[in-house]
Amino acid sequence: MTFEPLLFFFLAAMAVTTAVLMIVHRNPVVSAISLIGNFFCLAGLYLLLRAQLLAVLQIAVYAGAIMVLVVFVIMLLNLGDEESPAFRLGFRTALGTGLAIGFVLEMLYLFVLTPFTEPLRRDVQAGSGVGTVEAMGAALFSRYLFPLELTGMLLLAAVIGAVILAKKRLT
Amino acid sequence: MSVPLPYFLSLSALLFTIGVIGVLIRRNVIVVFMCIELMLNAVNLTLIAFSSALGDINGQALVFFVMAVAAAEAAVGLAIVIALFRNKQTVNIDDINILKW
Repeated sequence: MTFEPLLFFFLAAMAVTTAVLMIVHRNPVVSAISLIGNFFCLAGLYLLLRAQLLAVLQIAVYAGAIMVLVVFVIMLLNLGDEESPAFRLGFRTALGTGLAIGFVLEMLYLFVLTPFTEPLRRDVQAGSGVGTVEAMGAALFSRYLFPLELTGMLLLAAVIGAVILAKKRLT
Repeated sequence: MSVPLPYFLSLSALLFTIGVIGVLIRRNVIVVFMCIELMLNAVNLTLIAFSSALGDINGQALVFFVMAVAAAEAAVGLAIVIALFRNKQTVNIDDINILKW
């Protein structure tokens, strides 16, 4: 059990590194590959949190399906490096970035320095079987059955909409 | 869970902010799109951390639906990018401003 914090810090450092690499690199292909690495780190973190099904889905859906689509579109549009000013550095951008950094500092202050989450740590045993496929399937097909069916309809509508949008000309 | 919950929440806040900054400073619409995916994932991490800490399945069920909606959003969003590129020959968001006034 002592290697779990080590694993957490390793995965967290990798996740932050790949995320920063994604937003600073000029080539969109490198950004996409960094994001795939970030998704794998997050899948490892989900395993640390005992959410096995979601860790598998993270790799299959995000790193597999969505990022393949993104890389495919980058290839289709034949995007190279961005032109020399890769970043917009106007007043509003600087203001927004400053506000975002202030936000994350405030969040870190709240999370780390105030012990308001102390009582949440107690029930470790209760959460041991929560993320298994069995528990998730039982929840999805009983309590969340209607949203699950709606999700199927949403995906069907998205497929049809994507085909119509990307077609050359409507007839 | 031997790693305390606030560590996961801090990492999630950090990843979300990196995504926000990426949306603000990048000009390539596909990279902006990927930054939105990063923000969705940061929120998913928060939900799973709370779900695991509380021993409650509902947070993970919500993450499942977020993933499904993200997949639908990726398909439609990238189709829009392709349609935009076909019409304007660019993916620079500074040049795509017909809805601005």
